[in-house]
Amino acid sequence: MAKTIAEINDKIKKGQAVVVTAEEIIEIAGKKGVSQAAKEVDVVTTGTFGPMCSSGAYFNVGHTKPRIKLGGGKVYLNDVPTYTGLAAVDIFLGATALPDDDPKNRIYPGEFRYGGGHVIEEIVAGKDIRLVATAYGTDCYPRRKLETMINIKDMNEAVLFNIRNAYQNYNVAVNQSDKTIYTYMGVLKPELGNANYSTAGQLSPLFNDPYYKTIGIGTKIFLGGGVGYVAWQGTQHNPNVLRGDNGVPKRGAGTLAVIGDLKQMKPAWLVGTSFLGYGCTLTVGIGVPIPVLSEEILRYTMVTDGEIYAPVVDYSEAYPQRKPDVLGEVSYKELKSGKITTKGKDIPTASLSSYPGAVEIAGILKDWIKKGKFLLTEPVALLPGVESGIVFKPLEERPIL
Amino acid sequence: MAAVSKRIVLHFPKRLTNESIVYKLVKDYDLAFNILKASVTPGEEGILVMELTGEQRNYDKGVKYLTETGVKIQSLSQDVVWNESRCTHCGACITLCPTGAFSIDTKTRKVIFDNGKCVVCELCVKACPPHAMELYF
Repeated sequence: MAKTIAEINDKIKKGQAVVVTAEEIIEIAGKKGVSQAAKEVDVVTTGTFGPMCSSGAYFNVGHTKPRIKLGGGKVYLNDVPTYTGLAAVDIFLGATALPDDDPKNRIYPGEFRYGGGHVIEEIVAGKDIRLVATAYGTDCYPRRKLETMINIKDMNEAVLFNIRNAYQNYNVAVNQSDKTIYTYMGVLKPELGNANYSTAGQLSPLFNDPYYKTIGIGTKIFLGGGVGYVAWQGTQHNPNVLRGDNGVPKRGAGTLAVIGDLKQMKPAWLVGTSFLGYGCTLTVGIGVPIPVLSEEILRYTMVTDGEIYAPVVDYSEAYPQRKPDVLGEVSYKELKSGKITTKGKDIPTASLSSYPGAVEIAGILKDWIKKGKFLLTEPVALLPGVESGIVFKPLEERPIL
Repeated sequence: MAAVSKRIVLHFPKRLTNESIVYKLVKDYDLAFNILKASVTPGEEGILVMELTGEQRNYDKGVKYLTETGVKIQSLSQDVVWNESRCTHCGACITLCPTGAFSIDTKTRKVIFDNGKCVVCELCVKACPPHAMELYF
C-alpha cells in the first residue's frame, strides 16, 4: 500500500487528502488498526512550541547613502549586539544576545528582560527597530556612523535561521542541592522541589519519526507561524543514543536546523523569552508534516506519551559538571500527570514547552494541508541516522602552546 | 454586622513610614491583619500588602482613617495581572507559585490563574519566561 509524496500531493491539490494530528492518529489507528489507518490517512501533523536557544535571524538592511560597511563594525538593534562578520550590510542576530549594559548575573539572579529573541519578536511584529552602528570606514564605504529606525518591510531580506531546534527528547531537570538554582530549565527548587521538562511528547515532530525516515533536508514545515524548511540536521544531532523498543530515543537525540522567510511569520509563534538567572532566548513554533508512506511510518506516528521516556538529571551537580549520572527515567504521561516519583520522592512537574501551543500548531498545519495551501516536499537528503556513526563529542581541553 | 476580609495594598508616603498605623487599625477599629508582603523603610515610600479582616462598619472606618492619614489604598486583585495574550501556556509557573494560584486545565492543558490565591510574592513575575505576569502598583 506504499504511497509516495507525489501521490499525497495530488490528493492535497484535489482537497482529498486525509490529514490528522499526531494526537488524533493515536485514537484513529487504535480503532481502525494500523493497516487500515495507513491506507486512509495521508499526513500526520506534529507540533512543538518551546524555548529554543540556537535560534536567530539574518538581515540585509540595505545600503545607506553614502555607504557604510557594517561588516567588521558594530551594529546594535534596540541595543542588542548583532554579529557583523559578514558582507557590508548583512547582520545576524542571535536569540540569546544581550545588551552590553545588561547587568546579567551581576545582580543574581539576573532577569534578562530583553535580548535577541525579544528583538526578533518585535521585528516580526512589524515594529520599528533602532539600528545604531559604527564602522571603520573605507574608500568605497566611507561612512562611520549610522543611527536610524528600520522596519522589516524595508529590509531586503529577513530570514529566520535556527541552527538547532526541535530537540528529539530532553532532560527532566531537578535540583538535589539545598538551595534554589536558576537554569535554562527554569527555576529549580532545592531538595528535588520541582521537576521541569521541555518537549511536546507525543506531538513533537521527531518523536513521530524517530529514525528520520521522512523528515530530511528540504522538508517543508510550519515555522514561526509561516512556512519554513529543514535546512540541515541541527547542531548536536545525535542519533546514537539509548532507544526504546519502539525506536524512540530515551535521551536528547536528533535535532533540526530550520530556515524561513521572517517576513511571513507571526510574533505569536516567535516569542522573546527570559529565564531568570540564565538568559534570553526565543520560543519557537515548529510543525512538521509526516507523510504516511507506509504502515511502518504510521506506526511511528502512533507513539503516545506513555511510551516516551526522558532522563531525570540533577542540574545542581551532574549537569554543570558534565557527569553522566541519571536519577531515573520517567514517561511523558507521568510528567504530564503533574507529579513524578524520583528517589522515593514525589516531585511536582512543570513544562517549559507549551503543549497547547503544540496542539494549535499541529492543527494549523493540518488545516493548511487540508485546504490545499501547503504541499509536502520530498527531502533532498535524509538526516544522518543511527547508521551514520555520529558520536556526540565533548570538548576536551588542551593547553595552548 | 457582616464580617469582611479584603486583601489590599497600602502605599505610605515618606512622612508616614515612621508611624504605627497598623497598630491603630487593630486598637481603634478592631481589625485583624495578616501581612502578605511589606516593603517599609523609614524615609522612603512604603508598600504594605495585607489581608484586613473585621466587621464591615469597622473596616470602612479603618479605610477612612487610612485615607485621611494620607495612605493610598488599592485592591490587591489588581496587582499581579495575567496578560493572557503573552502567555504561551507552557506551565513553568505551576510549581513555582507558593500558594498554588496556577493550575493546568487537564483537558486543554492551558494555564489557569486564580487571582484569589495570589499573595503578590512576585515569584511568577520574574520567573515567567515570556513575562506574561505583570505587576501593577
